[in-house]
Amino acid sequence: MKVFLLSLLLAITPAWATDSFAPKLDIGKGGKCVEEPQWMRKNHMQVLLQQRDETVHLGIRDGKYSLKVCIECHASTKDDSVLGRADSFCEGCHRYEAVKIDCFECHSSKRHLSLVQDASLAQKESK
Amino acid sequence: MSDTNVQRRQFLKTSVGATAVAIAPGMLLFDMAHGKSEAVSSKMRWGMLIDTTNCADGCNDCVKACNKENGLSGGLSPTDSQWIRKVELKDMRSGRAVSLPMMCQHCAEPPCVDVCPTGASFKRADGIVLVDKHTCIGCRYCMMACPYKARSFVHEPLHDQKPDVPRGKGTVESCTLCVHRVDKGQQPACAEACPNKSILFGNLNDPESEIAKKIRTVASTQIRADLGLDTGIRYQGI
Amino acid sequence: MQTNSFNRNEQRYFYMLVAAGMLVLLMGLFAVHAMEEHGHIITGMNNQIVWGMPHVFAIFMIVAASGVLNVASIGSVFGKPMYKARAPLASLLSIALLAGGLSVLMLDLGRPERVIVAATHFNFTSVFAWNVVLYSGMFAAVGIYLWTMMEQRMNPWSKPVGLFVFAWRFILTTGTGLIFAFLVARQAYGSALLAPMFIVISFTWGLAVFHVVQSAIYAWNGKTHTPEIVKRMKNLLGIFIIGALYLVATYHLTNLYFAHQSGFERFILKDGGIYPQLLWWGYGLFGNLVPLILIFHPKLGNARSALAASLLVIIGGFALLYVFIIGGQAYPLNIFPGYEASSSFGDGQIGLYSPSLPEFLLGFGGLAIAFLITLIGVRALNFMPHDKPHVAAAGATD
Ligand code: SF4
Ligand code: SF4
Repeated sequence: MKVFLLSLLLAITPAWATDSFAPKLDIGKGGKCVEEPQWMRKNHMQVLLQQRDETVHLGIRDGKYSLKVCIECHASTKDDSVLGRADSFCEGCHRYEAVKIDCFECHSSKRHLSLVQDASLAQKESK
Repeated sequence: MSDTNVQRRQFLKTSVGATAVAIAPGMLLFDMAHGKSEAVSSKMRWGMLIDTTNCADGCNDCVKACNKENGLSGGLSPTDSQWIRKVELKDMRSGRAVSLPMMCQHCAEPPCVDVCPTGASFKRADGIVLVDKHTCIGCRYCMMACPYKARSFVHEPLHDQKPDVPRGKGTVESCTLCVHRVDKGQQPACAEACPNKSILFGNLNDPESEIAKKIRTVASTQIRADLGLDTGIRYQGI
Repeated sequence: MQTNSFNRNEQRYFYMLVAAGMLVLLMGLFAVHAMEEHGHIITGMNNQIVWGMPHVFAIFMIVAASGVLNVASIGSVFGKPMYKARAPLASLLSIALLAGGLSVLMLDLGRPERVIVAATHFNFTSVFAWNVVLYSGMFAAVGIYLWTMMEQRMNPWSKPVGLFVFAWRFILTTGTGLIFAFLVARQAYGSALLAPMFIVISFTWGLAVFHVVQSAIYAWNGKTHTPEIVKRMKNLLGIFIIGALYLVATYHLTNLYFAHQSGFERFILKDGGIYPQLLWWGYGLFGNLVPLILIFHPKLGNARSALAASLLVIIGGFALLYVFIIGGQAYPLNIFPGYEASSSFGDGQIGLYSPSLPEFLLGFGGLAIAFLITLIGVRALNFMPHDKPHVAAAGATD
């Protein structure tokens, strides 16, 4: 965990590093991300979109860039959500960047451990 | 269509993979070791055979199971979503009463898909008809076109959706044949819930499957077969 | 209306009209915002009646937009000078109505912010998607047409462009009719007659709208209609009314002829409550009979009664569309032929619908868009029909 936090800190962009207003995020359970945090900051939307199309249209459900898995790790341990507070994992950053999040009008923003697909859990365990 | 999709996907995988080598070597190896991502294929044609002679008048278990599985409110106002409903029928000549569950018939030639301006309504290679809510603009033309009134429009903002069943205001939705369960190798919730085992779910394209065998031996019908839509949901006893 | 004080205050009146239009438009936008916020729950539409009042407004405007161009076509395609003088105004009206109608259609979407999706994800088998192409093409074509007419140097092009617009307009109205004609499972629609019916109806509505606007412009500028021109236009309107009536009647009669449709026809013509009322009184009496009397009665038929006839045709048009769109959905789908069906989802029952305020606001907002475009266009550029004296006099050759 410490290592992860450290790497998170290190990975913060220079712009962020110098910006004292940068949001402090509640990263929930955290753990090792599917990609480097900095890479994810930049590219999470692309990979999510790509995987969503594969899942919806082709039924491929074991891709690693799953929104559900993001939430599983990053929903706050306090309220099991990635939304709702200034430091919530998704909302905190999106508020800061003033980018509207559309996902959660339809998708659940809550951690539902029991419902997360066995495949994705297995995936993580095997790591 | 599915074949090209598989091919395209393979191609994408290789090219994306090549890029990934540069980005995240560890991840790529992991992916290949795990590579069981299979697109659905037309080897399957998911369908159901519903035995109306077994279906009890007044029983609502399939509807309840659907609501629970998919996070529907179960409200019955004209603006509430109903993915599956019990229809009570009376034969106008003989007066015989029939009770049956009605839902999206997962047509092989779905009118909803033909009319959808954005392609949000689509048919998966395995015959399941879905709405891609990311591209649905909420024009409701598909609802006008569906001969079975299978679709509902989400009239209000929703909260606390099921993680596996995203639904949202301003888009159209209908029975997904519990696609999230089917992809895990499970049955649709309604089929599992029916106390009389009236709903038989299976692969119509596999001659050895139980459903295919049964369709060969008992008389079954497609609703409004005259429209020639080749529905995936078949009924027995009407 | 033409007094000195009107002349002095003409500017003021213009801005007052603009303000009024803006106000209606704002209320429409307010309705859109409310629908965005609360969802379609605040409208009268539901899972049985999925298209409601906004679609009545939108389709009226779109159909009229194509029909109004008929005036221009008669001028440039068939070379009638009297109509040629009116082609620019007709084109402006067409653009205005199209803009109004499409805005309503778009803003009624469940996800209006995604229209861009409609442009990038294109399903070629969908008539609806084709209509999007037809409409935007129409904008462009009419815009160019207007340019060829207004710009001296482009004048020689106006004939070929006019022809093109003429053809495009036919396809467009056919497309609008086909949106419904493809709904084979619904008793009310799925008829091959819909496309020709929509075309002739479009002539009627278009000419009626044109006549109303033209009368307003004449009055505003203190001019009076030349009786000869009024006579010709009202006669043409009369012919269109009869043509449209004929097709609407044929559509219902053929439905009656097919046994499986007779239930629907009984509903629409007799038992359906509001729908037969609107059809007989609204469309039949006020939309056809009274206008025809106003037009053809030997003692009537002056400019004023022609204007009244046009207004009534417009009202009748709304009534017809209400019956067609909403009545057509209210009649239950026949999912189980030979059975009587009932369920919690309205099977076998007449769908209930009462239009709500936001729907009307949205519809009027669309009308306001058309109104504002026309008003400002007419004011800023020269759209006033200029009849050469000999044209007005050279009488009834058509
Ligand atoms: S039943 Fe209706 S919604 Fe389902 S596939 Fe057929 S047309 Fe589409
Ligand atoms: S409502 Fe959505 S799914 Fe239905 S036709 Fe329109 S865009 Fe397609």
